[in-house]
Amino acid sequence: MLKLLPLIPLFPLVSSVLLMVTTGKMPKRLVAILGAGSVGLSAITTLLVGLAFMETGQPHHQVLWTWMHVGAFSPDIAFYLDGLTLVMMSVITGVGFLIHLFSTEFMEEDVSYSRYFAYLNMFVFAMLILVMADNLLLLYLGWEGVGVCSYLLVGFWYQNPDNGLAARKAFVVTRVGDTAMALGLFLLFTELGTLDIQPMAAAANSQWQVGDTLPVLACLLLLGGAVGKSAQLPLHTWLPDAMAGPTPVSALIHAATMVTAGVYLIARTHELFLLAPPAMLAVALVGLITSLMAASTALVQHDIKRILAYSTISQIGYMFLALGVGAWTAGIFHLVTHAFFKALLFLAAGAVIHCLHHEHNIFKMGGLRTRLPVVFWSFLIGSAALAALPLTSGFFSKDMILLQAYELPGAGPWLWAGGLLGALLTAIYSFRLVFVVFFGKTQMEPDKQPGSRMAVPLLLLCILSLVGGFFALPLVPLESVFPSASEHHPSHLIEGISMAIPLIGLAIAYFIYLSGQLNVDNLVNSAPGQMLKKFWFSGWAMDWVYDRLWVRPYKGLATMLRGEWVDVIYNSIVKVCQQLFVGLSHTQTGRLRWYATSMVFGVIVVIALLLGVV
Amino acid sequence: MVLVNLILILLAGGVIAWLAERQHPLLPRWIALITILFDLGYFLTYMSDLSWSQIAIVPNPTDATTWLLHYKAEWIPRFGISFELAMDGLSLLMVILTLVLGAVAVSSSWTDIKQRTGFFEANLLWTLAGVLGVFLALDLFLFFLFWEVMLVPMYLMIAIWGHEGRGYASMKFFIFTQVSGLMMLLAILVLVMLNHSNTGVYSFSYFELLDHKVGGDIAFYLMLGFFVAFLVKLPGFPVHTWLPDAHTQAPTAGSVILAGILLKTGAYGLIRFVVPLFPNEALAFSPIAMGLGVAGIIYGAVLALGQDDFKRLVAYSSVSHMGFVLLGVFAWNALALQGAVMQMIAHGFSTAALFMIAGSLQERMHTRDMSKMGGLWQNMPRMGAVAMFFALASLGLPGLGNFVAEFMVLVGLFAVAPWIAAVAALGLIVAAIYSLMMMQRAFQGKPDEGRRLPDYGLREMLTMTVMIVGLIWLGLYPQPVLDTAQPVLDSLMQMVGSVAEPTKVAGLMP
Repeated sequence: MLKLLPLIPLFPLVSSVLLMVTTGKMPKRLVAILGAGSVGLSAITTLLVGLAFMETGQPHHQVLWTWMHVGAFSPDIAFYLDGLTLVMMSVITGVGFLIHLFSTEFMEEDVSYSRYFAYLNMFVFAMLILVMADNLLLLYLGWEGVGVCSYLLVGFWYQNPDNGLAARKAFVVTRVGDTAMALGLFLLFTELGTLDIQPMAAAANSQWQVGDTLPVLACLLLLGGAVGKSAQLPLHTWLPDAMAGPTPVSALIHAATMVTAGVYLIARTHELFLLAPPAMLAVALVGLITSLMAASTALVQHDIKRILAYSTISQIGYMFLALGVGAWTAGIFHLVTHAFFKALLFLAAGAVIHCLHHEHNIFKMGGLRTRLPVVFWSFLIGSAALAALPLTSGFFSKDMILLQAYELPGAGPWLWAGGLLGALLTAIYSFRLVFVVFFGKTQMEPDKQPGSRMAVPLLLLCILSLVGGFFALPLVPLESVFPSASEHHPSHLIEGISMAIPLIGLAIAYFIYLSGQLNVDNLVNSAPGQMLKKFWFSGWAMDWVYDRLWVRPYKGLATMLRGEWVDVIYNSIVKVCQQLFVGLSHTQTGRLRWYATSMVFGVIVVIALLLGVV
Repeated sequence: MVLVNLILILLAGGVIAWLAERQHPLLPRWIALITILFDLGYFLTYMSDLSWSQIAIVPNPTDATTWLLHYKAEWIPRFGISFELAMDGLSLLMVILTLVLGAVAVSSSWTDIKQRTGFFEANLLWTLAGVLGVFLALDLFLFFLFWEVMLVPMYLMIAIWGHEGRGYASMKFFIFTQVSGLMMLLAILVLVMLNHSNTGVYSFSYFELLDHKVGGDIAFYLMLGFFVAFLVKLPGFPVHTWLPDAHTQAPTAGSVILAGILLKTGAYGLIRFVVPLFPNEALAFSPIAMGLGVAGIIYGAVLALGQDDFKRLVAYSSVSHMGFVLLGVFAWNALALQGAVMQMIAHGFSTAALFMIAGSLQERMHTRDMSKMGGLWQNMPRMGAVAMFFALASLGLPGLGNFVAEFMVLVGLFAVAPWIAAVAALGLIVAAIYSLMMMQRAFQGKPDEGRRLPDYGLREMLTMTVMIVGLIWLGLYPQPVLDTAQPVLDSLMQMVGSVAEPTKVAGLMP
């Protein structure tokens, strides 16, 4: 059964290629069956392979062919299956299938239906390669592959230049991180002599001591790749703009799977990171600061998708925090629950937008609770899980992260406190969203209701978001992958506080946005309040800074140099030759007297030279 | 004799194509295509007799009998000049690349040449013959002769069938190549004279000259003579400025041959002549050469972004990509060298395709100005998808040939010069910027609703499929190519290895 492994990425690949070569001539029904069905087949195969894997629990290694082989440099096209891979594959194919199913209805009216599924299937293929790769080079192939699919899907409606800009921004910003990661690969190969992940980890452990410079450097370079892909500071700016793509794309790529690739990368190479404590601390700090930055930004946005985008950035920040404090399992657990509830939220948001004439501004919505009940319940459950209300799936994973952060010697309590502040903000902004959109006065009437192909995925994701916390962790065979966490538990007080914070956030949101008992208008309208709001709204002005720091100077440079200044050198050679020509041609006058005189003069000079007079 | 026939077939095909125009103006293109495909078929049938074990034999550079094929005939015995052709794995790859892209080039100008079609196809075939000669000649005099032979018909192609600024562009192309070629000729002559004074015999044979290397200060200048000629052809910064003009003005087939094949003669020359003939000098020179390589990568990419002309953009991207070849050759290790060879092939495919797309746009819209394009995907979805593929190839997407090449160059380079590798890696970012900008400006954005443009037809899709499949194959299973080049590069490394162990030029690591 394990031998079926290569089929899992093959299904979406074949489907994608078929959809591409038929160039939209396939009937829509068939496109839907092929597009969603291929991912469904992958999900079933993943289940079969997963069951076979669980029997033994032994990692499975499968080489397809030698990719390139030059001396010691010999990466293969090969897959490696262990608990971590299986978790990722389940999320990608499982949640991926639900999102594909949702898309078959959501995108039905689009003329480029088949192009959409071609890209989406290609994305699933690349993402599967990313998590199944047994070496970092193949992982890099998947890594760049998902980046390209993200680029294509963000710019899916390419007629609008804004979408094109967002797509290019997404690709180029992540490419900056990818290049750091590539340098990390060069360094790792140069020093350890292999890019195969398991032998590489072994070589690192035997060659390097904890705290050596090289592992720190290598891990920081890998972290560069991770922050790019996972939209963490300082490379997060592309994700909010990437919301220009169709909403199911945001659910799949920019919430559930691709943006968590950075988390996967760090977890996959955790043995390297364990050798580099400073890099671990950097991961934790990046995660914490990002989660606070993004949560505060989400608090003041108007656009329903942008709120969710910043929320994603913030939640991935939690995963980074978990990885940074060595809570590997907790980080991956949060990745899984986040995939459930954030996919749910995005799909529900998509349904709202779909049914509400493509409206994105939450303050133009309101009272949708009774108009779109299925969507309302989905959103409510998703938000509860996002805010980590007790007993939802998000609660279990976030709680685990915070408590383990607290346990870290030294900075632990600070990280915990920062994480709590983030949790408070998270609860406020998620219920602000719920209350503004679904309660209050109705401002717009929906013109349609979600059909069954949209409702069923929502329903299933609701269930997963609610109870995913109970079954996900015990089922997931991660113990064999990561070093086990400490058994020591923080006091009940700490646990109690961690549990209460989201409820306080919910209450604050209720008093401000629903009952109106807490009026913050004066605070917001005061000068510092306005400034802070503006600062938060702009995402801490990062776009502004990058525009001045990189985009404009680079564009200016390109415009300045476009005329090819190197040619100035060659043109001046040409000028000199031309001048010489003009000068010498003056001597050619056609007058006999002048020629005779110069001849005589020349003869005198030659004779003088011969006689040695001069 | 196979090697001679390869060249003769193309020369004869050119003459026939020229004469055939009198029968019918559309006949020459068929003759050209058939000639090239016949040549390719002839070569492949002959090659199919070779086994991998033969290819895997590491050729002794000074002993021609260990090469895959060798042909020698007396020519001007008084000066030690002979008609000597030989082929090893490297030239084998280059011959195949030349013939495949030659066929692509004929297809790319299938309909856009209306005047003097016979003479056009003749020039095209003669250029290819010259290129094959360059890849196969191992007598330095003969090499120089072919170097000139490929130049003249190319010049005519630009000067006669080029676009609005063809006069300036063709002259610039000719003078740059000619001046640098003369430097090489001078270096060849001095090398032969020095060899004569050392051994008492005149010989232009590569094998003889390799046996008796010259040393001293003069060798450095001789190396420079060769280096400059090849750098101009590559083209490397700062002697690249002929390329954007020549490419922009050349007819489509001319651009395809120029970018796909002609540039590779420069890279080939570096690997075949500069490094083996002057290993010490080349090693001493390598920091400067690497610096030029990095400068080319970044400079080409920045200028590519600044262009409005589709063809100029692709031309500058070539400058950027060929910088990796320079890095690969002078990084002085097997991995980077393999990367350089891969880059020669992969860049040949990807850039030839982009020039073909530029040519198709020019033919349909009568402009290359991207500010007049936009939304073309809507009008021509097949061309848009194809363009997207090659734009992605050009920005180094893993899974396609260009990535393999650039990655191997950078990995190899990192071991010797990590900082240079780090700067060169910036090329990956800037390549993404200009490639995606090109897609945006030409194919994305708001379409002009009134525009009616024919999409790619069968001939174009077939040609593009050849290159798409080629790039995917190079990206996912490059091993046959690597295996073919490996013995040659091994022997090269053995030769230079005796000169110096790979040293860390600017070491980051202790």
